[in-house]
Amino acid sequence: MSVETFYEVMRRQGISRRSFLKFCSLTAASLGLSPTMAPKIAHAMETKPRTPVIWLHGLECTCCSESFIRSAHPLAKDVVLSMLSLDYDDTLMAAAGHQAEAIIEQVKTKYKGNYILAVEGNPPLNEDGMFCIHGGRPFVEVLKETAADAKAIISWGSCASWGCVQAAKPNPTRATPVHKVITDKPIIKVPGCPPIAEVMTAVVTYMLTFDRIPELDRQGRPKMFYGQRIHDKCYRRPHFDAGQFVEEWDDEAARKGFCLYKMGCKGPTTYNACSTVRWNGGVSFPIQSGHGCIGCSEDGFWDKGGFYDRVTDIKEFGVESNADRVGGTVAGIAGAAVAAHAAVSALNKARNDKNDQNKGDK
Amino acid sequence: MSVKSQDDESAITAAGNTVYVYEAPVRIWHWLNALSIVVMAVTGYLIASPLPSVAGEASDNFLMGYIRFAHFAAGYVFAIGMLLRLYWAFVGNHHARQLFMLPVTDKNWWAGLVQEMRWYLFIEKYPKKYVGHNPLGHLFMFFAITLGGTFMIATGFALYGEGAQEGHWSHTLFTGWLIPLFGQSQDVHTWHHMVAWGIVLFMILHIYTAIREDILSRQTMISAMISGQRTFRE
Repeated sequence: MSVETFYEVMRRQGISRRSFLKFCSLTAASLGLSPTMAPKIAHAMETKPRTPVIWLHGLECTCCSESFIRSAHPLAKDVVLSMLSLDYDDTLMAAAGHQAEAIIEQVKTKYKGNYILAVEGNPPLNEDGMFCIHGGRPFVEVLKETAADAKAIISWGSCASWGCVQAAKPNPTRATPVHKVITDKPIIKVPGCPPIAEVMTAVVTYMLTFDRIPELDRQGRPKMFYGQRIHDKCYRRPHFDAGQFVEEWDDEAARKGFCLYKMGCKGPTTYNACSTVRWNGGVSFPIQSGHGCIGCSEDGFWDKGGFYDRVTDIKEFGVESNADRVGGTVAGIAGAAVAAHAAVSALNKARNDKNDQNKGDK
Repeated sequence: MSVKSQDDESAITAAGNTVYVYEAPVRIWHWLNALSIVVMAVTGYLIASPLPSVAGEASDNFLMGYIRFAHFAAGYVFAIGMLLRLYWAFVGNHHARQLFMLPVTDKNWWAGLVQEMRWYLFIEKYPKKYVGHNPLGHLFMFFAITLGGTFMIATGFALYGEGAQEGHWSHTLFTGWLIPLFGQSQDVHTWHHMVAWGIVLFMILHIYTAIREDILSRQTMISAMISGQRTFRE
């Protein structure tokens, strides 16, 4: 295998130079870079050898892959996949069986310490990992082996980043996010169920272009896409500040497109780029379609009560309870207790005063 | 030392004596706290459960904005007040320090705590008098205001920093580490909300016991927080 550059691959696939340069400037724009960066991206892609990517699938639903292949980038279908040098992805690759598994070994030896491992889904650890089998072996073993020689790991989606639905209580398979299994490699979390296609391709493009991982926040997410909440950039925010809310799904406010805060929208607690990048090539995103955000890119979003509740349920105090119900009940009991205590205190005082008076009389 | 101080205490608390306990900064802080906590409790509730929608153009209204502004402004007052109060604990009289320390190693304090509980359970017939806070009140204030207040300031500014975003001091000081510590933003909201109810509970008990002791313990409680003087009536 001779080492090809991205540009060579693109040209081989029939991409014109014009389309290539267009792609570079669009990439610069989508990464929020200045126009002068476009030639740099072009130069990097013309000279740099392709960094191979191994894309493993653990316990997941493939929605990340589904999202990824819908990247509305102009050259998404052919080029982004080629550009990636996606050497292994059992969902997308032609090879199968032993032939496919041999590729992992090949990449591991040829590009030792130089390939990127993208993980979709997570390893379940219960029963020695038997709940997810990859090529006849527990996925957790394959993950550890493949991660050992990787340069960096991308945790695709909420499964790999946080655990997602299979890790929701009571998590019978002990599905565990990647960073809790692999602790000695830089991990880039790209949470979301699934993550936005353009966010996925942009993260990969950034890493390949600049040969470094994007700036991450404390939780390991790229700041450029997860630095702000949905709420901070929501186009319905003026209705929130004004105090105009949807109260019922079929009310006038819903038709007018008021804020979905009262319908349990998780925009104020969710870090993602949906309200700026949007979905399906920028067509829409949940709130724009009239439904609140469910917070799918947040840790444990399945276990944070109903998607339609504003105040989070607290299961420890019963099925139908939240901070207001618990607090209100306690405050009510305290009020009643205070009243009763005051009454007894007053009676006691009256009795004591009377006794003291009697003593005084004697 | 403890025996002597107890003797002192009973000498001071003799009927007719008046002691200057709460210095002006402590009293101003107390009432600013009272005001800011009431504002925060009401606006906080309205932030979690907003008022019915207002009519008209979004640009004509700013109801939620004003409610949130009141909450944040009161939060700043509470936080800065807490810092100044901490400063006063160092430069003020020894009563100013009481709120920030629980004398858990002092046997007399524990005995006083039991005695005070018995008084509230109607087992003790006569109350004890204290120059500063009684041990039970001291315990509640320490947990509700010193610890609870600090918790609310930290979580409150962590949530505030989410909107203020990276670069803002609240984001640097609180949001960055507190949100991951709790898991995610929603968990911080829930804890902030729960502890707020805890402080409301404290306020109910605080006001009740202050009035009760003013009457039954025959010492000034309410006026002491205005004039600073504690007078022992009998």
